[in-house]
Amino acid sequence: MNGGTREPAELGPRPEAELPPEACECAPENPVEQFLRTDRMPHIWCPGCGIGTTVNSFARALLEAKVDLDRVAVVSGIGCTGRVAGYVRLDSFHTTHGRAVPFATGLKLANPNLTVVVYSGDGDLFAIGGNHIIHAARRNLDLKVICVNNFVYGMTGGQVAPTTPVGAATTTTPYGCFEPAFNLPALMDASGAVYVARWTSFHVRQLTRSMVDIFRKKGFCFIEVITPCPTLFQRKNRMGEGLDALKYYKEKSKVRHGAPTSEVALTLDGDIIVGKFVDRERPEFMDLMRSQLAAQLGERYVEVEHLVCS
Amino acid sequence: MMQARWGSHGDYEIIALSPNSPQECFDLAIRAFNLAEEFRVPVMLMMDECVGHMTEKVIIPPAEQIEIHPRRHTRLPPGEYKPFAPGPDLVPEMVHAGEGYRFHITGLTHDERGYPSMTAAAQDRLVKRLKAKITRAADRLACYEADGIEDAEVVVVSYGITSRVAQRAVEMARARGAKVGRLRLITVWPFPTRQLRALAPHIKAFVVPELNLGQIVLEVERAAAGQADTISVPHAGGGVHDPQQILDAIMEVLK
Repeated sequence: MNGGTREPAELGPRPEAELPPEACECAPENPVEQFLRTDRMPHIWCPGCGIGTTVNSFARALLEAKVDLDRVAVVSGIGCTGRVAGYVRLDSFHTTHGRAVPFATGLKLANPNLTVVVYSGDGDLFAIGGNHIIHAARRNLDLKVICVNNFVYGMTGGQVAPTTPVGAATTTTPYGCFEPAFNLPALMDASGAVYVARWTSFHVRQLTRSMVDIFRKKGFCFIEVITPCPTLFQRKNRMGEGLDALKYYKEKSKVRHGAPTSEVALTLDGDIIVGKFVDRERPEFMDLMRSQLAAQLGERYVEVEHLVCS
Repeated sequence: MMQARWGSHGDYEIIALSPNSPQECFDLAIRAFNLAEEFRVPVMLMMDECVGHMTEKVIIPPAEQIEIHPRRHTRLPPGEYKPFAPGPDLVPEMVHAGEGYRFHITGLTHDERGYPSMTAAAQDRLVKRLKAKITRAADRLACYEADGIEDAEVVVVSYGITSRVAQRAVEMARARGAKVGRLRLITVWPFPTRQLRALAPHIKAFVVPELNLGQIVLEVERAAAGQADTISVPHAGGGVHDPQQILDAIMEVLK
C-alpha cells in the first residue's frame, strides 16, 4: 500500500477516460448511483465532511465484492454517520442511539444468510453502544462494522466523545479534553474481532479494499475510518477545512500492516497509523451455536432458518 | 405503572398486561407477543416483584394448542410496497429483510416510504396514527376479571399480587354482608376507562389498593369522573397489604 504518498488529485472525480466512450456520450450515470437513494438527496452532511467519501468506498466495495445487493442490510445508529442507512438503496435500518449492534445482532440471528453491515459513528458505537460492540466482538458474530470516527459528536453540536484526543478542544471541553481516549483497534482486537483495520477518508482505495476484505470474511470485522468534521472538530482545533484535513491525513499517516494494536493509539497531532492490523480466524458465533446445540440435541436440533421469520 | 405508559417522550399508546400468577405470566407472555405482532407496538408484561418471584404450578399446553398470531407480511411486490402505508386498522404490513424490497426504517418522524420527514404535517399524521391504532382497539384490548359487580355498592379495583390480597378482603367483607365487587385489571394500558365509567353511577366507591402510593388510582378517579368516590389504599412496598387494610377501606365506605 502506498496510501501515504498518493496525490490528492486522485481523490477527485474519476477521469472521463476511465469510462467507456459510449457511456460518456449520454451523460454517464455515476457507478455508485445505483447504491444511493437519490430521491433523498441532497444529504445532510456538511461540506468537507468525510462520511460521504466512506459511502463512496462502501458502494464501490459492494460492486467489487459482487455482493448480492438484495441480501445486504445496513444498520446505523444515531448521529451524522447514522444517516448512512437512509441514503443507501439497500434494506436499511436507522435505529436508536447506540443500538445498531444489538439490532444487527437480532437481524443476523434471525436471517443467518444476510450480510449485515453496521455503519455508525464513534460516539454511537463506543459510548452509548460500547457494551454492545465489545460483546458482539467477543461472540465473533458475523457482522461487518464500519466505524466513522470524527472524534466528536457532530450532529448534537461538537461535544467530547470517548475518542476525542487529549488536548483537543470541543464544545464541552473548551480548555482541552483531559480524558484518555479509546484506542478503537486495540479495543476491538482485545474483544476478539477477527479483522481490524484503520484508514482515513484520504485512503479511499485502501478503504475500499478493506471493505471488500470484510465482505469476504466471516466473523466480526471492524474498520475504523478517520474522517474530518470541519464544522466542529476541525474548526474548534484550528485544523482548517475538509481539504486541509485530507492533506493532514496524507502527511501524518503511516501504513503499518500488522502493527500491534496497542501501538496505534491516536493523539491530537501525532502520526496516524493506518493499515490492516488484525486478520485471523476464530470460530464464528452461529457455527459455535450450531455445533454445540447439534451435539447436545442430536436429531431434535432445528436450523435457525427453519425456526424463525414466519 | 405510569412509567410503562409515559416513560418515553411525546405522544404514544402502549399495551401493558399485568399477570397475578405464574400461570398467567406464561399465558400473558404469549398474548403480549401476539399483540405486539398485531399492533407493531411494544407490549409490557408488568410482573410485580411478588408475581415475578412466585413459584406455583404452571400448565404448559402442547405447542399446537398455543394460539399464535404471526406478523402480517405484505403481498405487494417491491416498488409498490410502502413500509408505512397503513391498512384499515392503521397498522402497516411488514416485509422480511433480504427479499429485494430495499426498504428503509427510521426512528425519526417518517412518511409512508419510511423516509425521514421533518414537517409538522408529517408529525401530526404519524403521531395521530400511532395513537389511534391502539385507542380504536381499546375495547377489544380491555381485559379484566369481574366478580360480583352487578349489584355491588363498592368495587375493589386491583392488579398484580395486590389482586390476590384484595380477593381475600372482598371475601371477608362479603362474610359481613357487604355488597362488594371485585375488578382485576389484566390489561392495564390502554386503561379500560369506558368500562369503569359505565360502572361508576351504580356504585358508591371504587377502592383501589396498590403496591405504591397511588398511581392507577388516578386513572380510576378520572374514569369515575365524579360519579363515584375513589379511595386509595396505598402501600409503599417491601411486602404486600394486610387484607384487613383493604377490608377497613371497604367497610368505611359502607358505614
